[in-house]
Amino acid sequence: MSRIREIFQQLRRADRKGFIVYLTAGDPSLPATVERVLALVDAGVDVVELGMPFSDPLADGRVNQAAAERALAAGVTLAGVLDAVRAIRRQSPVPLVLYSYLNPLLARGLENTLMRVAEAGFDGVLPLDLPPEEAEVFQPAFQKSGLDHICLVAPTSDDQRVERIVRYASGFVYCISRAGVTGAQEQIADDAAAVTARTRRHTALPLAIGFGISTPDQAHMAATLADAVVVGSALVQRWHEADTKKDGTAEQVRSWVKEMAEAVHGR
Amino acid sequence: MSQRLNADRRGYYGPYGGRFVPETLMAPLEELTRAWRAARCDTAFQQEFHRYLRDLVGRPTPLYFAERLSREIGGARVYLKREDLCHTGAHKINNSLGQILLARRMGKKRVIAETGAGQHGVATAAMAAAFDMECVVYMGQVDMKRQALNVYRMREFGAKVVPVTAGQQTLKEAINEAMRDWVTNVRHTHYILGTAYGAHPYPVMVRNFQRIIGDEARRQILEKEERLPDLLIACVGGGSNAIGLFYPFLSDPAVRMLGVEAGGEGILPGKHAARFQGGSLGVLQGTRSYVLQDPYGQIELTHSVSAGLDYAAVGPEHAWLRDQGRVEYTFATDDQALDAFLRLARLEGIIPALESAHAIAAAIQRAPTLEKDKIILINLSGRGDKDVAQVAEKVTL
Repeated sequence: MSRIREIFQQLRRADRKGFIVYLTAGDPSLPATVERVLALVDAGVDVVELGMPFSDPLADGRVNQAAAERALAAGVTLAGVLDAVRAIRRQSPVPLVLYSYLNPLLARGLENTLMRVAEAGFDGVLPLDLPPEEAEVFQPAFQKSGLDHICLVAPTSDDQRVERIVRYASGFVYCISRAGVTGAQEQIADDAAAVTARTRRHTALPLAIGFGISTPDQAHMAATLADAVVVGSALVQRWHEADTKKDGTAEQVRSWVKEMAEAVHGR
Repeated sequence: MSQRLNADRRGYYGPYGGRFVPETLMAPLEELTRAWRAARCDTAFQQEFHRYLRDLVGRPTPLYFAERLSREIGGARVYLKREDLCHTGAHKINNSLGQILLARRMGKKRVIAETGAGQHGVATAAMAAAFDMECVVYMGQVDMKRQALNVYRMREFGAKVVPVTAGQQTLKEAINEAMRDWVTNVRHTHYILGTAYGAHPYPVMVRNFQRIIGDEARRQILEKEERLPDLLIACVGGGSNAIGLFYPFLSDPAVRMLGVEAGGEGILPGKHAARFQGGSLGVLQGTRSYVLQDPYGQIELTHSVSAGLDYAAVGPEHAWLRDQGRVEYTFATDDQALDAFLRLARLEGIIPALESAHAIAAAIQRAPTLEKDKIILINLSGRGDKDVAQVAEKVTL
């Protein structure tokens, strides 16, 4: 059984919601990424998404764009990210998802790349720009690798689309809480409840909700709608501010993560 | 042959094309596809489109025999399809007009666009003014500087021009930013993509709005010469002016075709935008095609003196036409384009856009290799007023 399925079963048994965080791999360096993932696990995070930096991140808002630019400037490649994952795996069984645009996965052949991604210790892949219409061709490579294919459902996806999307999904389904790019929002959009409810009608897979969640209140609210809550840009930004000594310290970031985790877990 | 260039149901031409976008954009792409298909079969829509092409855009544009240029370079006789005489100064308006009529039909009140050289931005801003829509144009900051005149023109039309400061600050980054706007405002906004690129249905839709170039040129050359041309030449950025000219001739086997990419400072990584020289199969900004990328799948930097050709990928139809051997693709360097720019000005009294100057440069190479009874037809896709300041920096007159 995949680590992702396992963690969601454990969460369900404990009647808890899952806390998923996103980090851009290699921002500011790959050793820092390894250290941070381990710190996140200690702070109560259930699943970690590692973003493969890409030159043209058109689904990402400013914070994640800047993080990708920093990582690419530091020379991060997929091979480097996979080494970092091996380092994490030596110390933690936390489920890991590779969040990536398609092109870096295609460069050396998708099948070969997914095998390497799985071997390094990733549990799932979330391709940003691979809608179900295109997914069919790539499905055999996913199946062969044994990786979970994390699919996105958007507020603009109607029942027919959701039904089609979940056919390719495994691990969990990622519900986008609002039309837009990644990044913090003042409040969770009204779309959030509708999109999770619609997705729930078509799948028994766990649902995660994300895009724009940045406060404990929002996280707590989002946790009532889905099985897990994803926090990305807000964490990337906090860590970057601590790195550049603009605001806060690494210790403060970790305690914020703890607070967010508690808001999600409901303790 | 032209049947072979019809996208399949999923928007593929052989292995090229498709829809590689975030899920949020899939429903709007489906909506757009339905609206466009319905409009294509709607006589009233087509009549309206052609009426505005005539009365607002100024079509048909002339087909001009460039007598002095032909004599000077020797060999084949050269005709120019004068898209530079379109309202707003380039072929871009054919597509902007078509899409704005479609946006209105879909009930959208706001349009957005990306622009490189600024011609697509200007055309879209003008049409948004004419059809009373809010208009936002994304433009890389580097391009805003080198095409400053067009920035003012867009603002005069009432459009908001948003500078894009990411990455290389040129066309590719402007498209990223336009797609981010679209994904955010998708319910009331239509994205008027300016070239035969991107997710299905954009390549086929834009080609259909641009095929008027080739339809007219075919009729005009038959009137003037009572025969078809031997060679068509057009510059290729995303590829809309080229596909617009080529498409109606695809079933004429005797008509050869040449697409001209930007060779920049030479075919070295980061120094050019000739996707068929240094590119490989990849996925960028919604479609699968030839892309300039590094071995890790990161998109490479590009360079061209012409902002409109300075782009890392090429339209999927061109990739397919190249595979089929139907169209040949070459490149012209910055220096060759600048030389052609001035030669056309001096010989014909026409200042071409730096983009179109690449096509002229290729004709200067090819014409002498052909006999005098051969005919070359070049798409003079835009006028070069916008480029005057930039050329003045490079060439002392």
